Amino acid sequence: MTGGEATLFWVIAPAMVLGALGLLFAHKAVHAAMSMALVMVSMGVVYIAQQAEFVGVIQIFVYSGAVMMLFLFVVMLVGVDASDSLVETLKGQRLWAYLLAAAFVVVAMAGVASVTFREPVGLAAVQEEGTVTALAREIFERQVFGFEILATLLVISVMGAMVLAHHERLRPVMNQRATSNATVRSMKWLAGKPNPGVYARHNAADTPALLPDGTPTEESVPRVLVARGQVASVTEYAAVTESTDEGNAPNTDLEADSEGEGQS
Amino acid sequence: MTLVAYIYLATILFTIGALVVLTRRNTIVVFMGVELMLNATNLALVTFSRMHGTLDGQVYALFVMVVAAAEVVVGLAIIMSIFRARRTASVDDSNLLKL
Repeated sequence: MTGGEATLFWVIAPAMVLGALGLLFAHKAVHAAMSMALVMVSMGVVYIAQQAEFVGVIQIFVYSGAVMMLFLFVVMLVGVDASDSLVETLKGQRLWAYLLAAAFVVVAMAGVASVTFREPVGLAAVQEEGTVTALAREIFERQVFGFEILATLLVISVMGAMVLAHHERLRPVMNQRATSNATVRSMKWLAGKPNPGVYARHNAADTPALLPDGTPTEESVPRVLVARGQVASVTEYAAVTESTDEGNAPNTDLEADSEGEGQS
Repeated sequence: MTLVAYIYLATILFTIGALVVLTRRNTIVVFMGVELMLNATNLALVTFSRMHGTLDGQVYALFVMVVAAAEVVVGLAIIMSIFRARRTASVDDSNLLKL
């Protein structure tokens, strides 16, 4: 490893380890996917630095380009906020996992350190014809049978993905007419749900309207806000509205307004 | 500072990938841990290929990539069909076969 490559290694190796740790510790799947993409791209750069240009380019194209985007698509489909539960199904599993991983890393590193590697040969002699040509000779001459098996594997996996992701429709599609018919038959909210409340000092989608008896009605607020518990309390706004009603007579204001409009 | 540094890096990345598989509960993240382990082995293969001056390691790295791509396609399809049936992406909730 010469000077430039050593510098590259010491810049990119910590970045890769940090990205991998991000995958380990990130709470959200999207963050994990992004740190994984960092690791993949850095891995491609390392391959190119190691005289494996073709493998590096394929790494960036296939892994960072296709595979990680596939992961992001599935994260979007499954739900961005599908975060981890911290419940341990097996007791002490986390602790044991960390202990075993530490043991593994120690054993593997000691094993690698105990080996004396001979002086690296380098790929210059093998790749005289060019990187891709040498690799093509290897794949299409020596390993051609394995290559064809891989082609079969890809076809089978595509078929498997199609079978697994295919979704049989169990009931007819709900189009606009069917939805409207169902609404009329249900005899519920035929004229639509009530609008959110409008008060003297507040007018927003999260403030429920008041029923004639003065209680707020949840149907006037978008159900997403109800599910998130973000519905505003109406008591203070309703009180302000009542006091304004008592304070200045609203009828005169309305008349003044209508006169003004009439003149203009 | 020799090429062994790359092997050490691959070891660390492989361990972190295995840890992700063992400790995380989100199926997609577990799957990414598997991918990280495959990538770490690829790094070791490419480094060995350079050490020994043959292209075998690079070819095997390419083959591993193809297998990983096939695995990702099928695995993500399985994750999606489980999500469709059970509305969950957690490895603990797919326990229909449990006694």
